[in-house]
Amino acid sequence: MSSNSLVNSKERGLSPAQVAWKRFKKNRLAMWAGGVIILLVLMAIAAPLIAPYPRDQGDLSKRFSKPSREHWLGTDDMGRDVLTRLIYGAQASLAVGLVSTGISIVIGVTLGAISGYFGGLVDNLIMRLVDIFMCFPFFLMAIVMAAVLGPGIRTVMLVSGVLSWPGLARIVRAEVLAIKEREFVEAARALGLSAPSIIWHHILPNVFAVLVVYATLGIAGGILGEAGLSYLGLGVKPPQPSWGNMLHMAQNFTALTNYPWLWIPAGIMILLTVLSINVLGDGLRDALDPKLRQ
Amino acid sequence: MFNYIVRRLLLMIPVIIGISMIVFLLINIAPGDPYRAMLETNPNITAEDYENMLRSIGYYDPLPVKYVKWASQVLSGNLGYSIDSKEPIASLLPRRLANTLTLSLPALILSTMIAVPLGVLSATRQYSRLDHILSILAFLGISIPAFFLALLFIKFVAFDLGWFPIQGMGSIMRGYTGWRLVLDRLYHMVLPVTVLTLVQVASRMRYTRSAMLEVIRQDYIRTARAKGLPEKRVIYKHALRNALIPVITVLSMSLGSILSGAVLTETVFMWPGMGTMVYRAISNRDYPVVMAGTMVLAIVMLFANLLADVMYAVVDPRIRYD
Repeated sequence: MSSNSLVNSKERGLSPAQVAWKRFKKNRLAMWAGGVIILLVLMAIAAPLIAPYPRDQGDLSKRFSKPSREHWLGTDDMGRDVLTRLIYGAQASLAVGLVSTGISIVIGVTLGAISGYFGGLVDNLIMRLVDIFMCFPFFLMAIVMAAVLGPGIRTVMLVSGVLSWPGLARIVRAEVLAIKEREFVEAARALGLSAPSIIWHHILPNVFAVLVVYATLGIAGGILGEAGLSYLGLGVKPPQPSWGNMLHMAQNFTALTNYPWLWIPAGIMILLTVLSINVLGDGLRDALDPKLRQ
Repeated sequence: MFNYIVRRLLLMIPVIIGISMIVFLLINIAPGDPYRAMLETNPNITAEDYENMLRSIGYYDPLPVKYVKWASQVLSGNLGYSIDSKEPIASLLPRRLANTLTLSLPALILSTMIAVPLGVLSATRQYSRLDHILSILAFLGISIPAFFLALLFIKFVAFDLGWFPIQGMGSIMRGYTGWRLVLDRLYHMVLPVTVLTLVQVASRMRYTRSAMLEVIRQDYIRTARAKGLPEKRVIYKHALRNALIPVITVLSMSLGSILSGAVLTETVFMWPGMGTMVYRAISNRDYPVVMAGTMVLAIVMLFANLLADVMYAVVDPRIRYD
């Protein structure tokens, strides 16, 4: 039995990326999820072209009107078209997901790699910092930070990014600890390469698979963070629409009970996006990590 | 083991100090002060009174002085007073923590009781229709924001159908006593506990499934089957015991995040727990309460992590800490 060889006969001679793609293609659910995400991104980019009305244009004589032929999802408290704002809302929500994940990757990879590669006192200090951040009750800290920095889309990006790196730092550290003992790293060191160059060119590429999966799931986390903070009124500020601040409408009891078209579509968009990202992330993990394959 | 726990407890001290410093710094660079709103709304308060009030709570002290003052008070057992309600935090906090636990503990127990059997079922029938349905439900549960689920329940079940109260912890106006008070509390708990349970079932079921799949593939399970044990016995006696090890670890580790994760759900149901308390305190610039609430949750989190490591060694004799 060849069950302990990581690559089967059909996959011989292909690059790791080709092998991963081949496996990923077989996962129909993950392919669908990827398709949905591409559509959502296109929707965010092409918002001005596909939205039926200008973003902030409202007709105060038509506040809270029910879904109709002119306004498929009705209008909001200022008579603005809900469908239009839902389409534009993708911009803010996706941007928060991407930027906050970017911040968390930069901090997490840098600190994790330094910690794992150099060890000793530096490692100890960074790991204590990770311990501290790990113990922050995430949402309470996010609220405190958002209150300090003032609400806004930049605050949301910063808060989710700064609070979510410790997990990644631990993963990267563990990977670096394992990889730095391998012969090719020793060879690089013997050739006289500097530490940053070894980390960047020879160690980090080996962490790439872990990073891709983490980043995918991190984007989902960022979108959920935006939703929560904006729901509390501490996130993306109107008039710019985001799915989170559309849900904020539900804080008004009449809107919650009598005007469900104001907030339910936004919640469904968040669910759909996060669901697709989670399914995609799961598929990527299966495709990229040969150890987990059955 | 004893030495290990003592060492871990000692290691907690610098982490707790670090957390308190960061939270303290954050709170103190926040704009605004607790009396500003009072000055604007209450015409009886002069600018001079306002200054005096700020001075009396040490608003103008330099930051390190403030921190040392706060820390020495906390160490001597004085958590201070809520600026908003004038109540001592030492009496406010335990009540709020108890309210939060009233929601989180039943949700934790219920969700584990539901999730573990479902996870096992899903794993033993991998790729069956049941497994697919459960997996899809789990993905939905992981992806839906808990507070959105809560809003849906309030709108459709509590408001439209009128089956459950919309918010709060009890019908105060009715003045219930005795077992009627208990029933009334349970009635108010149903929706929030359902929301928290559903969300937790999703992730714990996924976790049990993958732990179980990993164990089932091991040699000793094949041995158990080969020696002719009935499948039920193989799964529930031999496999489940080992699959539960990571599940128990994750469970203890998630205690802290379950408490702080209930913030939004509490807010939506206006349940007077820790989350609602800190959220209100932040909007009112009631910093002693923010400080105390965040610290308590962080310390719970630290102990939950320690508990996770200890449980790991308790349930798995292969793990030893020296």
